[in-house]
Amino acid sequence: MLNEGIVSMQVREFIISNFLYGQDRALGDADSFLNEGIVDSTGVLQLVTFLEETYGIAVADEELIPENLDSIRSVVAYLSRKTDGLFDAGAPSEAAMGENV
Amino acid sequence: MSTVSALSPEILRLDPVKETEQIVDGIRDLVFRQLKRKGAVVGVSGGIDSAVVAFLCTRALGRERVLALFTPEADSSEDSLRLGRRVAESLGIHWALEDISAVLRAAGCYERRDEAIRKSVPDYGPGYKSKIVLPSLPDGSRYSLFSVIVQSPARETRKVRLNPGAYLGIVAATNFKQRTRKMMEYYYADLLQYAVAGTPNRLEYDQGFFVKNGDGAADFKPIAHLYKSQVYQLAAWLGVPEEIQRRPPTTDTYSLEQSQEEFYFSLPLDRMDLCLYGRNHAIPAAALAPIVNLDEEQVERVYAIIESKRAAARYLRSAPLLVKEVEGITDDPCVGSY
Repeated sequence: MLNEGIVSMQVREFIISNFLYGQDRALGDADSFLNEGIVDSTGVLQLVTFLEETYGIAVADEELIPENLDSIRSVVAYLSRKTDGLFDAGAPSEAAMGENV
Repeated sequence: MSTVSALSPEILRLDPVKETEQIVDGIRDLVFRQLKRKGAVVGVSGGIDSAVVAFLCTRALGRERVLALFTPEADSSEDSLRLGRRVAESLGIHWALEDISAVLRAAGCYERRDEAIRKSVPDYGPGYKSKIVLPSLPDGSRYSLFSVIVQSPARETRKVRLNPGAYLGIVAATNFKQRTRKMMEYYYADLLQYAVAGTPNRLEYDQGFFVKNGDGAADFKPIAHLYKSQVYQLAAWLGVPEEIQRRPPTTDTYSLEQSQEEFYFSLPLDRMDLCLYGRNHAIPAAALAPIVNLDEEQVERVYAIIESKRAAARYLRSAPLLVKEVEGITDDPCVGSY
């Protein structure tokens, strides 16, 4: 089962390492990637590939909308819908931190 | 100042006589006085922008002082060279032809590009053709992701969304083309002590539709302030051959014919022009929408895309950055953005 807290952390880590070059500038869960100038169109391509490869999903063309991909919160919510309830909404436990999701 | 009631495509209408005079004076000043070069090299592609630049340079510098350079390669359309020659012939200027296919092959341009395509289309191989495309705006979402269209030797076509490795690999490899062309232009510029004319229009210059150190490199860019539809107006007035005026703009970079719209702008260029004008003049999306045949939400989306591309283009336009100023050099007016 995927843990929402861990997924959120993984997405944040991906964004910070790929688009903020490791400089965490207090990125909020609801901050818009586009409005903050964090992710451009190549960045969206990279984000989509990351989600597909990490969570074993296929992002359909009609799902490529800001409502699904424009903030950490919207990405996590999208993944939750996409994986059809496979999410455990609880905070990450110590044991879960070491799991492969 | 524009008012909502005055809004129409006519806002981009210019006075070709006055505009030509200003640009011609500008070219003379830039080439002879500021750059201190004897003439100009213009890479003539058979497209409207380079044709207009060649016409303007000829007016400004004289036909003896302009060299048209043709640089076809294996994927170029035959029309490009034919129409390029027409430009040179109609102006009576000197020209040179450099087929850059061998240079590109030696650099691995085609091989690297095909290898990158195979990351998304594993069976891509000899005899295949390809181009990369963006979805058109009215059909697409806010995120326009690149796809590759491949055509097999049996002429079956497929469209596949690109993964980042494939996309970046294709772009990096095909950029050899624009950079090799520029290398050739500077060969002739060095040989003749000429300046290299860049040919971007405002849409391209503003939105970053050029290759850094490729077609983005030049000594002067005489039409960078003109919207694409204004380039057409000047072309008509200057007498650019009609076939060039009628030809749809292409990138002439991929083996399948590719419009600039599907590669970069997602919207026909005349409407993209008006959206850029609207954005630059803070025209509300609702006021612009009827003029560009879009709804308000779509115009808002185009405005967002314009800002996003403009931000991404900052890197493309920037001159090499220095950590510290170099006395006596950095205050030179010739040191600036590119």
